[in-house]
Amino acid sequence: MASVAIGETARPAASTAGVVPLLKAEKLSKHFPGVTALDKVDFDLRPGEVHVLFGENGAGKSTLVQILAGVHQPSAGNIEFRGRPVVLESVHHARILGISAVFQEFSLVPTLTVEENLFLGAEPTRHGLLDQAQIRQRARAVLDELGFPLKRQRIVQYLSRAEQQMLEIAKAFRTDLSVLILDEPTASLTDREVDRLFALIDQTKRRGAGVIYITHRMNEIRRVGDRITVLRDGHYVATLDVAEASEERLLQLMTGRVISQVFPEIRYDPGAPLLEARNLTSRSGSVLDVSITVRAGEIVGLAGLVGCGKSELGRACFGIEPAASGRIVFDGRDVTGAGPRAMLDQGVFYLPPDRRTEGLVMQRSVRENVSLPWLAEPPFGRFGLLNRGGERSKVRELARRLNLRPMNIEREVERFSGGSQQKVLLAKGLGRPIRLFVLDEPTVGVDVGTRVAIYEFIRDLCQAGAGVLLISSDLPEILHLTNRAYVMYRGRLSGELEGEAITQDSVLRYFFEAPTA
Amino acid sequence: MTGRGTVKRMSVAVRLQHAFVRIGVLPLLLIVAIIAFNALSEHFLTKDNLLNVARQSTYLAIVAMGQMLALLTGGFDLSVGKNVAITSVVGAMVMANLALAYPAATGKALAGGMLAGVAAGTLLGVVNGIGVALFEVSPFIMTLGTASISFGIALTLTSGVPVYGMPDAFGSIFGVGRLLNIPAPVYVTAALVAIMYVVLVWTRMGRYFYAIGGNLKASVLSGISTRFYLFMAYVLCGLLSAIAGIMLTARLETGEANIGASLPLDSIAACVIGGVSLRGGTGRLGNVVLGAIFIGLIQNGMDLAHIQSYLQEVVIGILLIFAVIADGLRQRLLLRLKD
Repeated sequence: MASVAIGETARPAASTAGVVPLLKAEKLSKHFPGVTALDKVDFDLRPGEVHVLFGENGAGKSTLVQILAGVHQPSAGNIEFRGRPVVLESVHHARILGISAVFQEFSLVPTLTVEENLFLGAEPTRHGLLDQAQIRQRARAVLDELGFPLKRQRIVQYLSRAEQQMLEIAKAFRTDLSVLILDEPTASLTDREVDRLFALIDQTKRRGAGVIYITHRMNEIRRVGDRITVLRDGHYVATLDVAEASEERLLQLMTGRVISQVFPEIRYDPGAPLLEARNLTSRSGSVLDVSITVRAGEIVGLAGLVGCGKSELGRACFGIEPAASGRIVFDGRDVTGAGPRAMLDQGVFYLPPDRRTEGLVMQRSVRENVSLPWLAEPPFGRFGLLNRGGERSKVRELARRLNLRPMNIEREVERFSGGSQQKVLLAKGLGRPIRLFVLDEPTVGVDVGTRVAIYEFIRDLCQAGAGVLLISSDLPEILHLTNRAYVMYRGRLSGELEGEAITQDSVLRYFFEAPTA
Repeated sequence: MTGRGTVKRMSVAVRLQHAFVRIGVLPLLLIVAIIAFNALSEHFLTKDNLLNVARQSTYLAIVAMGQMLALLTGGFDLSVGKNVAITSVVGAMVMANLALAYPAATGKALAGGMLAGVAAGTLLGVVNGIGVALFEVSPFIMTLGTASISFGIALTLTSGVPVYGMPDAFGSIFGVGRLLNIPAPVYVTAALVAIMYVVLVWTRMGRYFYAIGGNLKASVLSGISTRFYLFMAYVLCGLLSAIAGIMLTARLETGEANIGASLPLDSIAACVIGGVSLRGGTGRLGNVVLGAIFIGLIQNGMDLAHIQSYLQEVVIGILLIFAVIADGLRQRLLLRLKD
């Protein structure tokens, strides 16, 4: 398969020349400290279309829609709205123009009611006082029109995630809508609610508004999409019609290279079972009756949609997601109910998916972060005190091994790029001999160069005899790094695949299917 | 910060910004204060007066070190003032009673009274620690509540009247005693600073205080018993405040329920001026001690310049707010200077 260069422009969609785009972005760039999230990206949205944004995590989709919704200001580039240049100063400003966004992170006030949230920041008033009657009447009108079964007086924190999602969508429809931005809107909706959402999108299209739609799901792209724009590493890659976009082509555009350049050759030599989950059900109900095995010297993939329970299963294996029933066995010993300390001491390391919130102490140095789990033992501790010299030389050695840039272990972690931060997080797992690595999204939000380095790192771990449980939403990682893979669907195991049988089709089939038991 | 090549081409303004980000606002404030007070009073920069400042600052320095521990973990302790009060009252009462019962055993009375006082203050820290770490009460409410409780107990024990009757040796050794012309409290403080340095820099516990305040979840995933260390931060804060309470009692030669009212504010101010982040996770011991000395210096200088004590409160309040604003500015600069 040929490599696809960044910036290749595919044939434009069916010509609609002469139509003024609703929204048009030219050479849009966004730099965050240490990172270029978006680099000269072009994008346009026509009236009455659903334009899908497609790309890996960290490709720049979210940054792009956040700029278009007024959350961030672009570092460079222009935006035109209905043919006229605009500067979207704030979310409020964008909303006045009719551009409304529903992000994955909700912007609701949990302690206020549905109707108070609906009109937050734009409350109708009379003589300077809140016009409660009008709020009530208009809230009822909006909710009735959308057909959402939401009670106006309910306090938002008692709503389910799906209901909160509906409220977010309802907020977007509060005013005259020209552009609706939906970021993975179906993640927490049931099938029936998804149907209703799609009907709503059709209705929105017919009114002449445009929809920007972010999703990873192929079946949704087929169902609602008109055109697709693919982004990769903050760059524009291509725009194509949904009709001409095969899954294979999209995945190739998304990863952007010959697969063998990214993924290393790995020699698997599966030994004795290291980690076993037996009929595990978590107390939160996110994992239901799941049994898996990870052997020494192999990389086992764990795939599935966001929210399918794969993350929780990984956390359960590290003792931070309490089990309701079933057991966890490590190296023949029952470790059900053991906490992180005990698991670390046994030789299990867990890499959390979000390095900022759970992985790193951002304002402390690389040295302190890497040694944090291991301070009680040599070379980090001695006679109950810290051995600062031993710590320094060990951390320096690990930083060299992972090729940290810049090579300064006393620098605060927050002043490194995302890729380097991820390397620091991985280095934490090297402070002491570890036999099993649970890696949850180890390459999220890192550049391709770091990604390759991380894959080689995982290969080295496996070939040195460690077991690796690789939890990933990135399908190519599952396809090319693992010798065995489990797929989860709504908390249950929907499939197990081995060796040659791990193909895109076979994995994706289990993504959307209930287990056939 | 940036590569060496670009450092050479930096303008003066940028260089000042870098210096500000690195060292914070405290050195600037110290220089301004010394110059100003030197101009206002010729006695300010004399050896005697500076020793005086050192002695006056010791009590605040000890409490500020305790406060620093709470701040590092992302909380704070508003009960440090009332901790000093209950320590003073309990210590003085036990000491006076022991002295009365065993007139010959002055040493035992001193030791017994001091231990009792420190135990009372440490117990307050234990209660704070249990509330914050175990029951997850917000440090604000927990320490505000225990402050009220301990103040009430101290007033009840004394009926609001100062406690007399401690052996004279107590005050003459720990209050106004000198060795090599250096006041006794300065030695005690120096020893505590040294111990604190070892705890913060050379022990796991110290490292964990920073980690817990910096990122609680990451600390849990690193196998740290976050509850225990959170608890310990408040216990040690209570212990340090109690030691300050005993020292202050020796200085006053009476047990008083009404001392230490300004300590919560002053100790937080000393920490914040010294660069301890209110969000937890950062701060250096040396700068906290300097921060306490700075506040002592300001109070001493204002005394010399005959600024009345009511106005001094105004100045401390302004300085605290100014330090927080400067710290916020510093954080923003830090992020901007990153690239």
